[in-house]
Amino acid sequence: MEFFETLTTALEALKLNKMRTALAMLGIVIGIGAVIALVSLGQASQQTVQTQIQSLGSNMLTVSPGAQNSGGIRGASGGGTTLTNDDAKAIASSTQITTVAKVSPELSRRAQIIAGRNNENAQILGATPAYADVRKVTVSSGRFLSQQDVDGMQRVAVLGPTAISNLFPSGASPIGQSIRISNISFRVIGVTTSKGGTGFMNQDDIAIIPLTTAQKLVFGVNYLGSISIEAKSADVMNQARDQVGYFLLARHKITNPYQADFSIFSQEDILGAATQVTGTFTMLLSGIATISLLVGGIGIMNVMLITVIERTREIGLRKSLGARDRDVVSQFLAEAVILTVVGGFLGMIIGVGLSYIISSLMGLPFTLSLSAVILAIGVSGAIGIVFGLYPARKAARLSPIEALRFE
Amino acid sequence: MAGANATNYGRPIIQVSHLSKVYSNDSVETVALADVSFEVREGEFVAIMGPSGSGKSTLMHILGALDTPTSGTYVLDGKNVGQLSRDELAAIRNKNIGFVFQAYNLLPRTTALKNVMIPMAYARVPKTERLKRATALLDRVGLGDRIDHASNQLSGGQQQRVAIARAMAMNPSIILADEPTGNLATAQGEEIIAIFQDLNDQGHTIVMITHEPYIAEHAKRTVFIQDGRIVKDTDSHTSKRAFVQKEH
Ligand SMILES: Nc1ncnc2c1ncn2[C@@H]1O[C@H](COP(=O)(O)OP(=O)(O)O)[C@@H](O)[C@H]1O
Ligand SMILES: [Mg+2]
Repeated sequence: MEFFETLTTALEALKLNKMRTALAMLGIVIGIGAVIALVSLGQASQQTVQTQIQSLGSNMLTVSPGAQNSGGIRGASGGGTTLTNDDAKAIASSTQITTVAKVSPELSRRAQIIAGRNNENAQILGATPAYADVRKVTVSSGRFLSQQDVDGMQRVAVLGPTAISNLFPSGASPIGQSIRISNISFRVIGVTTSKGGTGFMNQDDIAIIPLTTAQKLVFGVNYLGSISIEAKSADVMNQARDQVGYFLLARHKITNPYQADFSIFSQEDILGAATQVTGTFTMLLSGIATISLLVGGIGIMNVMLITVIERTREIGLRKSLGARDRDVVSQFLAEAVILTVVGGFLGMIIGVGLSYIISSLMGLPFTLSLSAVILAIGVSGAIGIVFGLYPARKAARLSPIEALRFE
Repeated sequence: MAGANATNYGRPIIQVSHLSKVYSNDSVETVALADVSFEVREGEFVAIMGPSGSGKSTLMHILGALDTPTSGTYVLDGKNVGQLSRDELAAIRNKNIGFVFQAYNLLPRTTALKNVMIPMAYARVPKTERLKRATALLDRVGLGDRIDHASNQLSGGQQQRVAIARAMAMNPSIILADEPTGNLATAQGEEIIAIFQDLNDQGHTIVMITHEPYIAEHAKRTVFIQDGRIVKDTDSHTSKRAFVQKEH
C-alpha cells in the first residue's frame, strides 16, 4: 500500500479499538509528562538558588569576624567583635592591596520598625555608600545613603520593597515619611529595587541606615558585622582573598593563618554548597521521573502485548486478502508511530503545563529541560515502536491460516 | 468458455498431485492429507464432501495459498505455487482466488463497505474505483441498503454475503468456500448457494466444502474425502489425468 493508505489503515485500526489506543497512549502521556515536569522543576529550583546567590554580586568577598577553623559559612551577624571600621578603611586605602575595587563595612541586626500604626521586625543594616556598589543595589525612588549621611550620623533610612509594603500598605509615597527604629526616629529617603528571594533569602525586607548611626545610636557597638569587598574582576578573586587575608593577619598581629580571628569566603563558596543541596534535590526528582517513565513504558508494553491475539487474527485475515508482509509491518509501524507521536505531544503539553503551574505556584522561574523532553520521548517512543512492531513482525511471518487460528 | 475436451469445460486451472499434509504438535503426528491428486478445470462447480476431520479444510487452505503442503505439488493456472515468493503468494490470494470462510472472518466494528474494499487497497485500486466496485458488489449480493452497517450489526447470512462480496472484490477466477452455509439456517443457506450458482454461471470456478447433500446437488461434480484421501469423484476424468501425470 502507499504511504498515505497505510496511515489511513493504521488510523482506522486505532479507532477500531479505542480502549487499547487510550490505554497505550495513557502510558506514553504519563511517562513523558512526569519526566518533563519533574526534571524541569528540579532545574528551576536549582537555577533560582543560583541566580539569587549570584545577584549578591559575583566579584564579592565577605570578611566575617570569628575563627576560620570553625568551618562552614557563618551568619553575617555572628557574634565576633574582631572587625573594626579601621580595618575596613585600611583595606580600602592600602597600597599593598591592588585587586580590590570597593570596600563596604556593614553591621546587621534585626530590630522592630514602626511607621504610624504599622510595625514589623526586619533586618537593620548599617552601611556606607559603597554598599550599593558592592551589592549592586539600586533605588527605585528617592536616593541611597550618601557619605554626608554617614559622616554626619544622620537618622535617614533606605527601605527595601517588602519593608515598604509592610510599613506603608496604603501605597502613598514613603519618601520623607518618618519611621522609628528601636524607638529612634528616622526619615525615609529611598526605596531599593527588588532583589527577589523568599524566606531567609529575602533581600527586600530591610532598612539600610548609615553605619555610624547604626553603631553609635541604634546598637551601641563599635565593631563591624562584616566587610563586603568587591574584587576588580572575577579573575582576581583568589588574589584579592589572599591580599586581604594576609593584610588583615598582619594588622591583627597574627602569624599563624590557622589562628585567624576572621574568615573570608566568596560567592562561589556559597554557590557550591547550595548547588550541592539543589543538585541532590534534582537527582531525587530525576529518580522519580525515571520510575514514572519505566511504569509508563511497562504500561505501553502490556497493552501492546495483551492485544497480540486479536491483532494476530487481524494480520491473518489481512494476509488472506492479499496483504504482503511489508503491508502488515508498515501498518503496525504506522500505528505505533501515531500512538507515540500523539501521546508524546500530549505528554509534552501536560508536562510543560504542569511544570508551568507548579513553578508559578512556588514562585520559581519557568524552565523547560530539553534533555528531559528528548529522553522522555526517546524512551517511550522506542518502547512503543518496539512492542508495537515486534508481535506484528512475528505474526507477519506466520502463514495466513496459522495467524487466523492463533490463540 | 467451451473447452476442447469431451466434458465441455475449459483448461485445468487447479492441478494438485500427491499432496500430503502432516501436522506435528508435541510429538503427535496427524496426517490430514495423504497423497491427494486431482484437477479442477476452468468453470467447474465442485462440491467437496466428507466426514468431519477428513482433511477438507486442510486441502482448501492449501488450494487458497493460505497454507503450504508437507509434500506434493500444486500448480495454479500453470504456476507451481510451491516455488512462488511470499509476495507472489500474497498477489495470488489477492487477485486469483477469493476465499469464503465458514466463520465469515470480517473485520469487526468495520462497515460492510470497508470490509469489501480491503483487498482492493492491497491491489492499489484507486479510491473512487474501490467505492464504485464495492457498492456494486454489495448491491449484487442483495446488501445495497446495508453498506454502512458495521459487520457485527448484520445477521449471519448478511455477514456471509459481505464475505462473498469481499471475495469477489478483485474479480478472481476461482472462489473457494469452506462450509459457507455451515453456520446458517437452511433458508439463508439457500440464498448463499444461489449467489455461488450465479457466479458459476458467469464463468467463475467454484470449489465448495459442504456437509449438506442438497447443497452438493447444485454442484456439477462432487469429490468425497475420507481420512485425507479422495475416495470418490463423480468426474472420472481427473483421476485418469492424475494417473497419467504420475507415469511421467
Ligand atoms: N493446525 C492443526 N494442527 C494439528 N492438527 C490439525 C490442525 N488442523 C487440522 N488438524 C487435524 O487435521 C485433520 C483434518 O482437519 P480438517 O482439514 O480441519 O478437517 P475437516 O475440515 O474435513 O473437518 C483433523 O484430524 C484435525 O484434527
Ligand atoms: Mg473443516
